[in-house]
Amino acid sequence: MYDFKYHRPGSVRQAANLLAKNEDAKLIAGGHTLLPVMKQRLAAPPHLIDLSHIEGLDGIEMKGRSLVIGALAKHADVAASAIVAEALPALSELAALIGDPAVRHKGTIGGSLANNDPTADYPAACLALGATIVTNKRKLKPEEFFQGLFTTALEPDEIITKVAFPLARKAAYVKFRNQASRYALVGVFVARLPSGVRVTVTGAGGEGVFRVTAFEEALQKSFRAKALDGINVSADGLNSDLHGSADYRAHLIGVLAKRAVDAANARA
Amino acid sequence: MAKVSMIVNGTPATANIDPRTLLVQFLRENLRLTGTHVGCDTSQCGACVVHLDGKAVKACTLLAVMADGHSVTTIEGLAADGAPLHPMQEAFREHHGLQCGFCTPGMIMTAVDLVNRKGHDLSDHTIREELEGNLCRCTGYQNIVVSIAAGAKAMTS
Repeated sequence: MYDFKYHRPGSVRQAANLLAKNEDAKLIAGGHTLLPVMKQRLAAPPHLIDLSHIEGLDGIEMKGRSLVIGALAKHADVAASAIVAEALPALSELAALIGDPAVRHKGTIGGSLANNDPTADYPAACLALGATIVTNKRKLKPEEFFQGLFTTALEPDEIITKVAFPLARKAAYVKFRNQASRYALVGVFVARLPSGVRVTVTGAGGEGVFRVTAFEEALQKSFRAKALDGINVSADGLNSDLHGSADYRAHLIGVLAKRAVDAANARA
Repeated sequence: MAKVSMIVNGTPATANIDPRTLLVQFLRENLRLTGTHVGCDTSQCGACVVHLDGKAVKACTLLAVMADGHSVTTIEGLAADGAPLHPMQEAFREHHGLQCGFCTPGMIMTAVDLVNRKGHDLSDHTIREELEGNLCRCTGYQNIVVSIAAGAKAMTS
């Protein structure tokens, strides 16, 4: 790991000022993505701004018809929250599938979204549910927030503060894990919202999370796994690596989407 | 350099350290608490698991400065020197839950955290699921699972 200067702001405003003042500074919260890449010297930020001591950013609460989760909420907090289990059980299950118990005690929802790893789980939930990503400056919809591989709409001095999830009538997330890394080889989130059905995929897309509109249209007509029979996902643009070919991932998307629809229906 | 103060195994520890120092390095090299091991150094194997404010974390993926002001418990903190072993340690000894022992401190710290979260009556399935972040290359896990189930029960008394 290369040397850096460590900062510990007490508020989001102080953190934003530090970000604005120090070029190439990086925020750290749980550190479970940033520290491994710093150890490998793939990242060498000259300044590290530690958000973990800022109070009040890790709340989980219902606000009207939205489930609002603070950016510093840990995966373990989301997985164990009675509020999340009641409002959006699919999200509890998603959080419980991230990493392992010790990793879930440190990793945060804000960190996962800001990193936009193409195999991360939370982006699938945000895009499927049409979550609002709230920063110190503005509110972003997932379509504008996620901009491809490890890329987001966040400006250099912008910090995620919370995420607001609209509630789904039915939803489920099914993940096919890479056995070594626990990341999604493919993960599919299916949500039946008052505004329509959304199906999103993580782990497979070369540009990160994406929607499968052909599945959405079919499920809009009939929210049954059978409705997806015969609809194939193209392997074009999907990841291909030693863990699985693009064709295999395309196949998995169909299989997992059906399982997710079944799981969503079984819950209701 | 950065100043850190934390409570380790009930005792205050203060030092001036390079901010790059990992918590596991701080514990092993500054405090000489070498029971916490470094296996993979990539947050996969779990040999470095300690408790931070009572919750299991991987000390190889945490800067010591991030633990400033917090409380850390390592394997050395489970039972005082010369005192009887912690029930989970005793269960690993009794049920032969180790061979080479390298992964054992992390296994035991993970197991104690598991009992704190999920109680004393743990199914085989739960234990195996919860151990996904702890790797053992000797035992095949069978006796680790048996030890944790027994240790969990013993922790009630």
